[in-house]
Amino acid sequence: MSDKTIYAIYDDDYVLLESAKHLVAKGIHIREVFSPFPIHGLDPVIGLKRTRIAITAFIYGMIGVSLALLGMWFFMIQDWPLNIGGKPNFSIFTNLPAFVPVTFEFGVLCAAHGMAITYLLRNWTLPGFKARNPYLRTTDDWFVMEIHTSDSSLDAEEIKALINETCVVEIDEK
Amino acid sequence: MHKEAAIREPLILGDDVTYSKITDDVLHSIEHKPTKLWKILMTIATIVALWGVGSILYLLGTGIGTWGLNNTMGWAWDITNFVWWVGIGHAGTLISAVLLLFRQKWRMAINRPAEAMTIFAVFMAGLFPMIHMGRIWMAYWVLPLPNQFGSLWVNFNSPLLWDVFAISTYLSVSLVFWYIGLIPDFATIRDRAKKPVPKLMYALLSFGWSGKAKEWQRFEEVSLVLAGLATPLVFSVHSIVSMDFATSIVPGWHSTIFPPYFVAGAVFSGFAMVQTLMLIARKAMRLEYIITVKHIEYMNIVIIVTGGIVGVAYATEFFIGWYTGVQYESYVYMSAGAATGPYAWAFWSLIFCNFIAPATLWIKKLRVNLIWTFVLSIIINIGMWFERFDIIVTCLSRDYLPSTWRMFFPTWVDLGVYIGTIGIFAVFYLLFLKYFPVLAFNEVKTILKSSGEKYKNMSDEEFKKLHPVFKKDIK
Repeated sequence: MSDKTIYAIYDDDYVLLESAKHLVAKGIHIREVFSPFPIHGLDPVIGLKRTRIAITAFIYGMIGVSLALLGMWFFMIQDWPLNIGGKPNFSIFTNLPAFVPVTFEFGVLCAAHGMAITYLLRNWTLPGFKARNPYLRTTDDWFVMEIHTSDSSLDAEEIKALINETCVVEIDEK
Repeated sequence: MHKEAAIREPLILGDDVTYSKITDDVLHSIEHKPTKLWKILMTIATIVALWGVGSILYLLGTGIGTWGLNNTMGWAWDITNFVWWVGIGHAGTLISAVLLLFRQKWRMAINRPAEAMTIFAVFMAGLFPMIHMGRIWMAYWVLPLPNQFGSLWVNFNSPLLWDVFAISTYLSVSLVFWYIGLIPDFATIRDRAKKPVPKLMYALLSFGWSGKAKEWQRFEEVSLVLAGLATPLVFSVHSIVSMDFATSIVPGWHSTIFPPYFVAGAVFSGFAMVQTLMLIARKAMRLEYIITVKHIEYMNIVIIVTGGIVGVAYATEFFIGWYTGVQYESYVYMSAGAATGPYAWAFWSLIFCNFIAPATLWIKKLRVNLIWTFVLSIIINIGMWFERFDIIVTCLSRDYLPSTWRMFFPTWVDLGVYIGTIGIFAVFYLLFLKYFPVLAFNEVKTILKSSGEKYKNMSDEEFKKLHPVFKKDIK
C-alpha cells in the first residue's frame, strides 16, 4: 500500500484540538500538527511524550558549577595564592563565600546556553535551515494536521470521510 | 476551553480581533515603509549617537583625564551611568521571567519590547566599565586567561570581578531568552514576506522554524526553564552591582541594605523606562488594543510596590546613618548633612522624583492617566539617575578629612558620553521597532480566547456555537 499524506486544515486551535480527539478515538494516528502557537492539551492527544530538555539544563548547570569551582580553586588556591591585606587564600573551603557569586553566574550561564543549543539541535532549527511547514499560513492563522495512511489500517478515503465529519476548512492530499 | 475570572478586565480589546488581525497589525511596521515620525526620531537619535561616539573616541584617544574626576572623586558619572543603565535593564527579564513563572497573562503584550530594552540597556551599561579602564584594548584582562606574567590570575574575591561575570551572564542569557522567543515570530514574517531579500533575511533569522507540535512543546519547556534560571539571575545581578559599593569601606556605601534595595530600585527604574517607551510605541503603532490601559496600570502598580521598597530603604538609610552616631555617616547621601550640604539640590531632586512624585500613583485616576504616567516615567528615570549620582558623588565628596573635600564638575566629555549612550540606545530601539516583531504576537494569540474582550464573557454555549467542531450532530 502506497503511503499518502493527508493534510487537514483548520482555522481554529479549539476546533483542531476537539477534532484531533475525535479522530484519534476512531483509530487515526496524527503524525504531526503545525500551528502558529502552542495548543495546550494537544500533546497527550497525539501521543507526544514529555520533553526531557529541562533535565539537560540541570546537567549543564551542574557542569558549569563544577567548572567554576575547579577553575577558582586552581587560579586562587593552587596556582597563585594571593595574600590581600594579610588574608591569604588557604583552601577552597575558607574562600567559598567569596566564590558563591561567580559559581552561581557560571552555572546559570552554562545551563541556559547548553539548554538553548540542545533545544536548537533537537528541533533541528539552525541558521540557513529550510522550514518544513506545508503551508505558509500555518505560522499565521492556520492549524494543520498531517496524517499518513501508512500509520493506520484505514485507507485514504475512509480517513478523509472521518475528517470531513469535523469542521475542517480544507483537506489536501499529497 | 480555559476561562479566567469574570472580574478580570480583558487584555485584548475589541470585538473584531482575530488571529490574522493580530499578525497584520503587529507586522504592519515591518511590511510597510517607515513612517515620517520614525524617520524624524531616527535622525535625531543618530545625531545624538554620533555625538556620543565622537565623545567616546575623544575620551579613548586622550584618556579619562578628560572627565571631571579628581583625587577625591575617582568615580562619578561613569559608574552612575553604568548602574543606571543596568537598573533599566532589569525590567525586561523581570517581565519575561518572573511574570512567566507567576503565569501573568499581561506579560505577553509587553515582554518582547521590554526584553529588547533590557538587552540594549545592558549593552550601554557594559560600555562604561570598559571605557573607564582607560585602555579599552586591555579590557580582556578582566577574564581569567593564561598570560605571560606567570600566569597572574584575576582576583575572584573582588566584587568588581563578580560584576564581570554577572553582567556578561545577564546579557547573554537575556539575549538567548529573547531570541528563543523571536524564532517563531520571525518564521511568521518569513512566510508572509513577498520580496526576496526580506524573505531570505527572515528565513535566516527564523532558523527554519516550522511550528510542529513537538517544537512547540520544547519551546514552552525551554521558556519555562529559562524563566526559572533568569529569575534568580535578575536578583543576583543587581545585588552584585550593589556589592561594588557595599563591600567597600566608604561611609554611605558600606551598607548591608544595598543588595535588596538596589534590586528594588532597578525594577522601579526599569518599569519607568518601559512605560516611557511603550506609551509612545503603542500609540505610534496603533496597538492600543493589545497594550491596553490595563497593562499600563499593572506596570504602574509594580512601580508603586518597588518605589515603596525604595522609599523604605531611604528611610532606613537615613535613620541608621543618624543612629550610628558616627561622624562620617552624617554626610552620606541619606543624611541631614546631604540634605543641607552643597549637594542638597541633588538630594531633594531624588526625594521629589523617587518618593513624592510616584506617590501620586496611589490615586486610580492618575494611575490610568496616560499623560501623567508618561510624565511620571520620565521623572522616575531622572530620579533614579540622581539616586546613583547621590550615592556615588555625595558620599565621595565628603571624605574622612575636610581638607580632601571636593566637588565634582562634569566636563563636556562626561555629558557627551552619557547623552550619547541614550542616542545609541534610541537608534537600536528604533531599528528594533522597525525590523523586529515588536510584540510576541504568537504568544498574544494564545490568550485571545481566555482574555480577549470578544470571548471573555461568552458562555460555553455561545463559544461552541461560534466554533462548531462537527458539521452535523454525531455521537
